[in-house]
Amino acid sequence: MNTDLSALQLVLSADPSLIAIVRLSLLVSLTAVLLAAAIGVPLGALIALTRFRGREAAIVALNALMGLPPVVAGLAVFLALSRSGPLGAWGLLFTPQAMVIAQTILVTPIIAALSRQTIEDLWVEYRDEFAAMNVGPFGRIATLIWDARFSLVTALLAGFGRAAAEVGAIIIVGGNIDGFTRTMTTAIALETSKGNLPLAVGLGLVLIAIVIVINALAWGARRAGERYAG
Amino acid sequence: MRGPVAELPILLDKVQVAAGKISILGEISLTISSGAPTVLIGPNGAGKTTLLRVAMGLIPPTQGRVTWGGREDAAPTRRAIMFQRPVMLRRSAAGNIRYALKTAALPRDGWERQTADLLKLVGLTGLAQRPARRLSGGEQQRLALARALARDPAVLFLDEPTASLDPAATVAIEDIVATVAARGVKVVMSTHDLGQAKRIGGEIALLHRGRIVESGATGTFFTDPKTEEARKFIAGELLV
Repeated sequence: MNTDLSALQLVLSADPSLIAIVRLSLLVSLTAVLLAAAIGVPLGALIALTRFRGREAAIVALNALMGLPPVVAGLAVFLALSRSGPLGAWGLLFTPQAMVIAQTILVTPIIAALSRQTIEDLWVEYRDEFAAMNVGPFGRIATLIWDARFSLVTALLAGFGRAAAEVGAIIIVGGNIDGFTRTMTTAIALETSKGNLPLAVGLGLVLIAIVIVINALAWGARRAGERYAG
Repeated sequence: MRGPVAELPILLDKVQVAAGKISILGEISLTISSGAPTVLIGPNGAGKTTLLRVAMGLIPPTQGRVTWGGREDAAPTRRAIMFQRPVMLRRSAAGNIRYALKTAALPRDGWERQTADLLKLVGLTGLAQRPARRLSGGEQQRLALARALARDPAVLFLDEPTASLDPAATVAIEDIVATVAARGVKVVMSTHDLGQAKRIGGEIALLHRGRIVESGATGTFFTDPKTEEARKFIAGELLV
């Protein structure tokens, strides 16, 4: 009970350390989702519309990668960015950028796989009309992404959910450095282990609230869009 | 309006279409020239839809050849088709027409006026901003017709354009088709509604089991059929 009240006080008082943690968490996860969307949506569209040898295997691999364990992704990025790794010269290990890279790797397969399904379903509907209107391949992809944009919001939300809730990858590549790479999830893990439950619970409450607000906004945008575009 | 493009005549020379070992069209030779609408009639599964798609250039023949204005490789710039179940894009009614204008590479500065003209032609001016998928079946059919016309076609293929419509919506579509035909657009339409074939057709072709069993001017076809299949079909008997 005391823990709950202290947590609430911490949230309501807008504690600066808490604000910094929330800010970094949002920055990392939203950047990762944007990057993953920039890669994943066109990739999903390409796989949806093209027929090539090994396409089925690519779809299975993409679907399987949706379940990529965050610690494995974190380890891979750690190895790549570590001093002796191939990208060690970039000096990105234990920085927010490394966390963005790790989360982008986790989120891209989710957005790509869900986008492929959404776009392929719409393509089956549009295929004849595209042929009748003599629409070229780039025009087809652009039209499908644009017309499926409200459905694709679900893919972005799934990706954001994954990024916002994830702790394994960013704790490995970010290092959970106070004031620099500490996010809500890594802080919750640390503070819980230290017995600082008010901060852990406070961060948990904020995290849940953010996820709810972002989902509500996305849902509202989707409904408004559907009313406009059908 | 763009300048005339030699889409016509469309010549189908011994065209065959098969899906694996199943023959869908069997050696069809047909000339589609300018003038009054050509109407393809026949029972379900006769090959009407496939024939329209071949003539539009959407399906390559398995055997034989198709030429448009004497050319086999003519790009379908002045051809348009309306499918039996047209799919509305997830845009407004006006947005659907604008999309067609864009894909036809028509100059952007004319889009608004052309969109307004086409919506007026099909009686959808008041529904311009309504999401196309929220329109009724008849309205969607009229919008699909407007979208096809947005390509400024010399030849317009219509696949059973009134198959699922009530009489009032059917009359609306037939009126638009008559208007378009009167403007010089060659209409090639399939239907299994004999009354409609009589009202619209300048010439009729009866398909049965993937072959044209009889064709000719509408008047002659209905008053003096030459084949047993045509006599039966006109009499309302089942062609199996």
